[in-house]
Amino acid sequence: MNFLAVIGRITFGFLQAAGRLGIFAATTISHMVTPPFYFRSLIQQMMTIGYYSLPVVGLTALFTGAALALNIYEGGSRFNAESALPTIVVIGIVRELGPVLCGLIVAGRVSASMAAEIGTMRVTEQIDAMSTLSTDPFKYLIAPRVVATTLMMPFMLVIVADIIGVMGGFLIATGKLGFNAGNYMDLTMDFLEIKDIYASLTKAAVFGFFISLMGCYHGYYSRGGAQGVGIATTNAVVSACMLILLSNYIVTEIFFAT
Amino acid sequence: MIDTPKIRLKGLHKQFGPKLVLDSIDLDIMPGESMVIIGGSGSGKSVTLKCILGLLHPESGSIKVDGEETIGMRQNDRKRIQEKFGMLFQGAALFDSLPVWENVTFGLLASGKTRRRDAKDIAIENLRSVGLSPDVALLSPSELSGGMQKRVGLARAIASKPEILFFDEPTTGLDPIMADVINELITERVKEMGATALTITHDMSSVRKIADKVAMIYKGNIIWSGPRNDIDNSDNAYVEQFIHGRAEGPIQMEVLKT
Ligand SMILES: Nc1ncnc2c1ncn2[C@@H]1O[C@H](COP(=O)(O)OP(=O)(O)OP(=O)(O)O)[C@@H](O)[C@H]1O
Ligand SMILES: [Mg+2]
Repeated sequence: MNFLAVIGRITFGFLQAAGRLGIFAATTISHMVTPPFYFRSLIQQMMTIGYYSLPVVGLTALFTGAALALNIYEGGSRFNAESALPTIVVIGIVRELGPVLCGLIVAGRVSASMAAEIGTMRVTEQIDAMSTLSTDPFKYLIAPRVVATTLMMPFMLVIVADIIGVMGGFLIATGKLGFNAGNYMDLTMDFLEIKDIYASLTKAAVFGFFISLMGCYHGYYSRGGAQGVGIATTNAVVSACMLILLSNYIVTEIFFAT
Repeated sequence: MIDTPKIRLKGLHKQFGPKLVLDSIDLDIMPGESMVIIGGSGSGKSVTLKCILGLLHPESGSIKVDGEETIGMRQNDRKRIQEKFGMLFQGAALFDSLPVWENVTFGLLASGKTRRRDAKDIAIENLRSVGLSPDVALLSPSELSGGMQKRVGLARAIASKPEILFFDEPTTGLDPIMADVINELITERVKEMGATALTITHDMSSVRKIADKVAMIYKGNIIWSGPRNDIDNSDNAYVEQFIHGRAEGPIQMEVLKT
């Protein structure tokens, strides 16, 4: 009996949270598409989210591409399949590792800072103050962040991650594993399909949406001073990472399941 | 016929979970009147203001602004009502990501009443009216002392010349001279703009300086209200205890019970 009550309570709590998040997401989207638009905040957010994430995203991609090439070469040599290396690297990076790793890194960077910033504004009553100054916090704070992240992930960060990731593999393959540079590039381009790129960018946009949504959601509902903001920040990063991995599977299924 | 009250509260009831904060608040504030609410810490004064501003949603009761019911109001009407209000928050609640001048003109810029290139001059003018020098305009709120933050908050609240002004503990944490300066500013500004004012304070010298009428809140109800001059012979044991700041009396502080 008691056991059932516990399950009931957990289910109820989960549904409640899901409902609140659903409403939050719907409100956010409706504010993204209706004026007024705050272009100044949008540009500012695009800079902080896109441009300033480039170094860490680039480094992550470079080393991942390089490590991937080493692994594939060693693994492939057991079946005399070393020549498949460029293909596997490019498909692995573009379809999976580029968007997912970029998403996880940006989740750590961006979700956390959004949750901390908006959470602090909540507990110091800045969000209340904003509403009294004829400004909707959803329009001024949340919509620009979500739009900026959803745009910058595919059209800047993941493109860069894909290119640098492939380049990481290329550098190791030609510099250390004895591949011919021209040959490597030919193989890479031959096997890369436009569908792979679409998948990569779709994932990027979906991840970007979840990253910013989680950051804003947890910040917006944080309460109870510094400790509350800390909890919100942790929850934002954890839930953004979970949603990235979950939605990654779903998008992959949609694009590539036969 | 008598004027409709600027603000009329009837049976306002608010609780957070099981915790009752406002039981049944009745209060009328006439146009051009300066009402001061007094009451112990945690008695629900700030919550009352936030309910009127639509930042918190009461469980039951009625809030009329200019005779118009605001509870359950649609988004657009709510926005129109909110433009009538200016609020100085208890903790100033300045936007710490923006310089002082943008804080002061935030409401004006948001409502499109001012263009950006004129905003700085308007901000400087407003800062001067609360006794701050023009060079403060370019500082960030975190570079200001508490008293300066309060004054910037005051400048922000009055910048858009609202019809109704709320001041939540404008003088708490200030030295007596600065407190007097702020009180003077408030009376001066309110009289000059012909605004209706609702001030919360613990400070009896503020009450005597600012108030036309005084209301005392205790355990979620207004237990006494009347003109300022009646406060010294209110014949109400609670009011007597409060204005003389005695530990003994009908009001039992939580700490004294143990
Ligand atoms: N968002 C909230 N969630 C839960 N409880 C709250 C919330 N806001 C206020 N309260 C509770 O409501 C009560 C009244 O709070 P309020 O801020 O109105 O007090 P106050 O009269 O302004 O006191 P003070 O003079 O110290 O500012 C407090 O006991 C507080 O714990
Ligand atoms: Mg208060």
